[in-house]
Amino acid sequence: MPGDTEAGALALSEVAISTGPAYRSRNIPYVSLGIITVFVLLALLAPLLSLADPHDQSLRNRFKPPVWEEGGSWKHALGTDRLGRDMLSRIVWGARVSLAAGVVTVLVASAFGAAVGLVAGYYGGRVDAALMRMTDATMSFPVILLALILAVTVGPSFTNVVVAIAVILWARYARVIRGQVLTLMHLDFIAQARLAGAGAWRIITRHLFPNTLNTLVVLVTLQIGYVIIVEASLSFLGAGIPPPTPAWGSMIAEGREFVTSAWWVSMLPGLAILLVVLAFNLLGDWLRDTFDPKLRQL
Amino acid sequence: MPPVVEVRDLQTHLVTRWGTVKAVDGVSFSVSAGETLGLVGESGSGKSMTCLSIVRLVPRPAARIVGGSVLLDGEDLLTKTEQEMQRLRGRKVGMILQDPMSSLNPVFSIGRQVREPVAMYHGLRGRALQERAAELLAAVRIPSPAERLRAFPHQLSGGMRQRVVGAMAIAAPPRLLIADEPTTSLDLTIQAQYLQLLEELQRKHGLAMIFITHNLGIVSKICDRVAVMYAGRIVETGPVRQLFTSPAHPYTRALLESIPRLGARLNRLTAIEGQPPDLARLPAGCAFAPRCPHVMERCRVEAPPEFAVAPGQVSRCWLHATA
Repeated sequence: MPGDTEAGALALSEVAISTGPAYRSRNIPYVSLGIITVFVLLALLAPLLSLADPHDQSLRNRFKPPVWEEGGSWKHALGTDRLGRDMLSRIVWGARVSLAAGVVTVLVASAFGAAVGLVAGYYGGRVDAALMRMTDATMSFPVILLALILAVTVGPSFTNVVVAIAVILWARYARVIRGQVLTLMHLDFIAQARLAGAGAWRIITRHLFPNTLNTLVVLVTLQIGYVIIVEASLSFLGAGIPPPTPAWGSMIAEGREFVTSAWWVSMLPGLAILLVVLAFNLLGDWLRDTFDPKLRQL
Repeated sequence: MPPVVEVRDLQTHLVTRWGTVKAVDGVSFSVSAGETLGLVGESGSGKSMTCLSIVRLVPRPAARIVGGSVLLDGEDLLTKTEQEMQRLRGRKVGMILQDPMSSLNPVFSIGRQVREPVAMYHGLRGRALQERAAELLAAVRIPSPAERLRAFPHQLSGGMRQRVVGAMAIAAPPRLLIADEPTTSLDLTIQAQYLQLLEELQRKHGLAMIFITHNLGIVSKICDRVAVMYAGRIVETGPVRQLFTSPAHPYTRALLESIPRLGARLNRLTAIEGQPPDLARLPAGCAFAPRCPHVMERCRVEAPPEFAVAPGQVSRCWLHATA
């Protein structure tokens, strides 16, 4: 699982447990939802907001500090980067890339993974063995390596980032969904459906799949944060979204030489990643505790 | 009148790590319309496996039907393709399973689940479908069926759920209804109601019914004929009254004696000595021989054939051999 990001989220949820145990699952995580809503709205409305053009360079305005620092101005509320581009506008446009990458990747991966898991769990036997060995093999392949290979051979692009992550990520869904299907298969309503004359397709789509939806929703939410981190890492390494498209990962990379003199160039996109990922993880935790407490270890 | 279902020399084997187990070993019986056959026996005697073989849903890949025939209205089910079987299940053969707690899909309303087989069998839609679903619930004596259609399984009691399962099983209605211990997990009072309901449905639709149970009390109440199974074989079969008053096979006798009776001044319950046989290592002759109080030399060597002991009553025991 997404080890490093999870650790932070789990530590926080521990604190929450100690303060309000009984009603915890009913406390709708307004903060997380708020953060996510704000970023999603910003991303969707980016073209409508009267922001500076994120690609507009102005060498005279390089490294302008944010408004609250000495020398900052409302013209560039969050300052400018090394080419004099407006940070606020770049972060907002970057949200489009990060959120789109997260959502698209997770949807593709979960659809494929769930299908594999349903088929493997339903048919069992050799089909299951073959699909699960495929899953094991996939899980042993590092995402970053695959993305680097794609970037070098085909060239970095949004599509390649999505493909690289999804091609590996589906395996987790396949595993979890297969496990669920195995337990469901022992329940009488599946036998009863078969006795009523339902075929494989009907049982999988009408009986098994709806019973795994809870798990899927929880997993999807938890994994969006993970994918955003991976996309940012890839962009940081130059194997992700190619410049000049603003992406949070590449913005951090561009600013890292100037951290001592212009901290905001790296720190602000980093803060955006932190907020969004944390919000998704907390929301995922809450969904899991509310809908599917058995998934604790995920 | 020809029987609705006729099982001839059915053989179902389980391939396990410990060897091949003959779960169903040459079982034959037939059930006519309106008739109820009780299949009784200990756990693992092959009752359920026999019925799963009839609908060809034995657990794959371990179990395999290796021989015999199952004639439903004269057509052999064992030679059908899987697709043909899918069209037959539910439409011709309905089945009710034991556990009402898990026999309904927890994420869908009762209505959606009852409508599914109705839509599948009769192609009904819209209002007609809704009305038919409510009729089915009414037929299994569920109060205010129209409202119950909107309920979810967890909102119903075990008895109610089992009624819903019954409603789905008779949606077609089928020719043969197999009930696999449908009342085992219900309260006694509810059990009686449910049995009554089954009898009523049977009469209404002229169903042939196979009732699997290990409860002999239930057998005496609702069955016309009984088949006693032991180690994958039917050891004795006969009309209920006949079999209860004059059991022929030592195993049947032992079963009947082990029913605790009120008023009988017994300090201990009567039990059948010994353990149920290990199906992977059955003795050469009669499977019951190691536990049989009347065991003879011959029993250990040669498996007994069927002996007619009374009109309609057949027993597989060497005791009846007139040497």
